Amino acid sequence: MRAFRYHRPADVADAVAVLAAEPRAAYLGGGTNLVDLMKLGVQRPEVLVDVVRLPLDTVEELPDGGLRIGATVRNSDLAAHPVVRRDYPVLARALLAAASGQLRNMATTGGNLLQRTRCVYFQDTTKACNKREPGSGCAALHGQNRDLAVLDWSEQCVATHPSDLAVALAALDTVVQVHDTDGPRDVPIADLYRSPGTHPERETTLARGTLITAVRLPPLPAARRSTYLKVRDRASFAFAAGSVAAVLDLDGDVVRDVRLAYGAVAHRPWRAYRAEQELRGRPFSPELAARAADAELAEARPLRHNGFKLPLTRAITVRALSELASA
Amino acid sequence: MQGGPENATTTDEPYSSRVAFEVNGASREVTLDNRTTLLDALREHLDLTGAKKGCDHGQCGSCTVLLDGRRVKSCLVFAVTVDGQSVLTVEGLAGPGELSPLQAAFIAHDAFQCGYCTPGQLCSARGMLDEVSMGWPSALTDDLNAPAELTDVEIRERMAGNLCRCAAYPHIVAAVRETAAA
Repeated sequence: MRAFRYHRPADVADAVAVLAAEPRAAYLGGGTNLVDLMKLGVQRPEVLVDVVRLPLDTVEELPDGGLRIGATVRNSDLAAHPVVRRDYPVLARALLAAASGQLRNMATTGGNLLQRTRCVYFQDTTKACNKREPGSGCAALHGQNRDLAVLDWSEQCVATHPSDLAVALAALDTVVQVHDTDGPRDVPIADLYRSPGTHPERETTLARGTLITAVRLPPLPAARRSTYLKVRDRASFAFAAGSVAAVLDLDGDVVRDVRLAYGAVAHRPWRAYRAEQELRGRPFSPELAARAADAELAEARPLRHNGFKLPLTRAITVRALSELASA
Repeated sequence: MQGGPENATTTDEPYSSRVAFEVNGASREVTLDNRTTLLDALREHLDLTGAKKGCDHGQCGSCTVLLDGRRVKSCLVFAVTVDGQSVLTVEGLAGPGELSPLQAAFIAHDAFQCGYCTPGQLCSARGMLDEVSMGWPSALTDDLNAPAELTDVEIRERMAGNLCRCAAYPHIVAAVRETAAA
């Protein structure tokens, strides 16, 4: 591991200023991903700016009925928060389906959103990876790509985003509060992540050195009827083979509103707008849910080893929505 | 694997730091290369070899310790970040020559074979039982708004971050169940 200097910033402005001044500085949150990637030689920062003690660790109910979650709130604390459990079960379920008890105690809200892909080629410095080393190629495209993308990938990168939390936040139309040298601003989560295209090394639209300070959930009473369904290769402590975040609002049996997002299918958490459009205004049935998933996945391009993700994602869409409809 | 234990015998500023923290109730102060993980600080610099290095990548749980009362994987924590905090390792679960109820239950139920994962299992179970008493749900908790009941499947889910290569899981579950019920 490369030697690094360690800095504990006085406040958000100090943290942002250090990143602006030091081209090879990185923020350190809970460390569950970054420390591992430093051991693997995938990330080699020269300065670590430890942001976990900044006063960004509170969950605050907003006057409009929404919720502001500080960037350093740990995943376990957020999953256990009574308002999250009552008003946004999709969020609690997504957090609890991720990692292990120890890692949830460490991982932060902001760090979770910015974690890196678990594509094995990205994590192996002896393999070609355009995300890790632009221009080196993509060993995954014709390699062991079972875990990788079926939607929106490019010849340069077929990685998936690994976060469960991000999928739930995408379904909830979360606003991400960030801070850079120009000060604070809001980024809708739909605008946070990038498709891989020809620059897979750029995973978000945030300029280097931008710090996530909080995420803001809009009020969404319908989210009381919401869930997160995740399928893994083993019962626990594994990344998703497929996942869906779902919010369902029925008027009688007619779908008044619905929010759907998929994990494990693309370079970003995948908000399923087309499926939502198919569902809205129609009487709910499992067959309708299946048709909606098919509409969303119509443009999927499975790789050699991951065609199973299409029927899997379709099946969990039907199951999640059917469970919510009968709840 | 790149990396491995670092030697922090010099004050090679600015790449090393003086770190003061509490370990098992005692104040400790040590100068460490910033790359030193909490696990390596405990094992290589403070002679506390209870916490074990299994995978060193946060996947096996054998390095689990309690940091300010919460279970964490010490292989993914840089020691420099815990300045001012409090660490509890397996050596501190009970007084010298004594066993905590959890440790006694592990012996009574034969909850280990080779024993390598046991310090991590013990620290993880200790933290997990505290989480249950605070009412934290798990992925298997049906009603998110009611107190969780610690069934065997709940114990297994909540202990999923600790692997046992000898597969002593049924006995580990029995030991944790008995401790929780006591």
